[in-house]
Amino acid sequence: MTGSLQEAPGPYFGEFGGRFVPEALMAALDELTDAYDKARIDPEFTRELERLAREYTGRPSIITEVPRFAAHCGGARVLLKREDLNHTGSHKINNVLGQALLTKRLGKSRVIAETGAGQHGVATATAAALMGLECVIYMGEEDTERQSLNVARMRLLGAEVIPVATGTRTLRDAINEAFRDWVANVETTNYVFGTAAGPHPFPAMVRDFQRVISVESRAQMLELGGLPDAVLACVGGGSNAIGSFDAFLDDAGVRLIGCEAAGDGVETGRHAATLTGGRPGILHGSMSYILQDEDGQTQPSHSISAGLDYPGVGPEHTWLSSIGRAEYWPVTDAEAMEAFRLLTRTEGILPAIESAHALAGAIRLGRELGPGSTLLVTLSGRGDKDVEQAARWFEMLPEGEGDA
Amino acid sequence: MSALAEVFDACQAEGRVPLVGYLPVGYPDVPTSLAAMRVLVEAGCDIVEIGPPYSDPVLDGPVIQHAAAKALEGGVKVDDAFAAVRAVAEAGAVPVVMSYANLMLQRGWSRFAADLKAAGGAGVITPDLTPDAAPEWVEAAREEGVDTIFLVAPSTTRERMRLTCDASTGFVYATPLMGVTGERAALGDAAQRVVSEARAAGAARVCIGVGVSTGAQATEIAGFADGVIVGTAFVRALGDEGDLERLRAKVTELAEGVRAAR
Repeated sequence: MTGSLQEAPGPYFGEFGGRFVPEALMAALDELTDAYDKARIDPEFTRELERLAREYTGRPSIITEVPRFAAHCGGARVLLKREDLNHTGSHKINNVLGQALLTKRLGKSRVIAETGAGQHGVATATAAALMGLECVIYMGEEDTERQSLNVARMRLLGAEVIPVATGTRTLRDAINEAFRDWVANVETTNYVFGTAAGPHPFPAMVRDFQRVISVESRAQMLELGGLPDAVLACVGGGSNAIGSFDAFLDDAGVRLIGCEAAGDGVETGRHAATLTGGRPGILHGSMSYILQDEDGQTQPSHSISAGLDYPGVGPEHTWLSSIGRAEYWPVTDAEAMEAFRLLTRTEGILPAIESAHALAGAIRLGRELGPGSTLLVTLSGRGDKDVEQAARWFEMLPEGEGDA
Repeated sequence: MSALAEVFDACQAEGRVPLVGYLPVGYPDVPTSLAAMRVLVEAGCDIVEIGPPYSDPVLDGPVIQHAAAKALEGGVKVDDAFAAVRAVAEAGAVPVVMSYANLMLQRGWSRFAADLKAAGGAGVITPDLTPDAAPEWVEAAREEGVDTIFLVAPSTTRERMRLTCDASTGFVYATPLMGVTGERAALGDAAQRVVSEARAAGAARVCIGVGVSTGAQATEIAGFADGVIVGTAFVRALGDEGDLERLRAKVTELAEGVRAAR
């Protein structure tokens, strides 16, 4: 099938992607690429992954139509792809089970991972517990503070959580520290990368493991009467978004919209909207867009959502943006929190603040397209981890506990 | 003949190998870092490796990370690295730059090479850029006559060892241990192995960096490698307070160590 945009193999997506890492990691990346290339065509591997998806994660995830929420979206029909219902509470488990199985195939006994909101860390700790692997999670100190519940979850699962106090003390520094660990321990250790960024093979491999989202949702939409007018997903590094887009890439009539975290607003400089406010550069092993100063120093990002608070973005998104196949919209903290409140109040579904960015995009697009349009939104995670932060935002905490 | 080839030959004529000293520009501030680089030259470094600080130094350990962060807080710019190159050249040693890839990309591969050449620099060490990742850089450097110094590690396969040694000019930078920059207690056999593997792949000169912090280690490494690279131990000696005399003492120890070999 020539001309298909689906399942692009890497290492390059257009001029983006590649592998910009210390030589010390090259052998490990080659080994991982080789193991993955063999595994993906091995029926035993795919059978085991599908079994875990079905019996452990709870796939396929359902589609929920949300008419009371849609009433606020200009009369558009809105459906949610419910990745929040997966075991561990987000889409991250899809990728982690695949990479944990690969770790076993590589004969390695230890996994490391970075985490922002903690969802990827929780998923990795879960897979490590399931498969008997030693597990170390790197998490920015600021994130351990704003997502303390997930830190406890990871520790309960038997993982060691290492708070990273360098740099901006967020996801980006956690990735730096995980790379340093990997360089030193590459013989025993596999790096379970959480998003569709980083050096090859991670962007393509993570996309493949997350692709199940759009493979299912496309079939589910056809069963419900037809393809949607648009698919929306939030974008930090971009793993749920690329998984939500891939099977729709060749459906020219389906708009693909990634919602980036605009924080206080792109114009304020306090944001994480990389494709809106960044430019090409190399960060964490690949060429993509990054938020950076004139010299090429990475700029601190800002978002209310720890999972989107990242100054880079996966290279395939940068490519899809550059060829005009996908659009990337900035969504502010305030817009995301309003969407968070609306979905919770109108449908009884508490979304992750990350996913609320995609809901805010749906409100905007629905009002633009009006009645008769159909929007499919990936609800990438549930909001249990965000209760305290949301309560603080909406000033719902009891007196004396709400100031921070 | 390149400036690096000349300094290797000159040291060989003295029956020793060169000492290469690393410091980040801007730590603890720009003027002190330039003064510190002059101390390196005065106390016996033949080659000075200048690091423009980078916000995300994935191959550096805590000591150099701290120095880079402090330098960036102080407002250091990539331009300052070229000023440091001039200062080192004037002080009489051969300057090279060790830069993470994005700083080079943002300046432009060609402009980075041209600016380095204009300042009197001899080559660039690229910790997160392998020859296969950026043919544009290799091409730009060749055009300017700037040496491209790539890293090899114990995990480097035979095939990649050949690729890397083929693309390296000036010298090959060998790391004897897996891991980030920093001091290590024992280096011995692993260092010897990676040097002989690089030589077998055709490398003319192989220097050992990462982990060397004492005069005794320098003597040991100088016994089989073509050069000894010291970074973290010098950065630690300089410290936040910019102690040039403590730095001078450390450089002297390492310089004597190199000269005590064989």
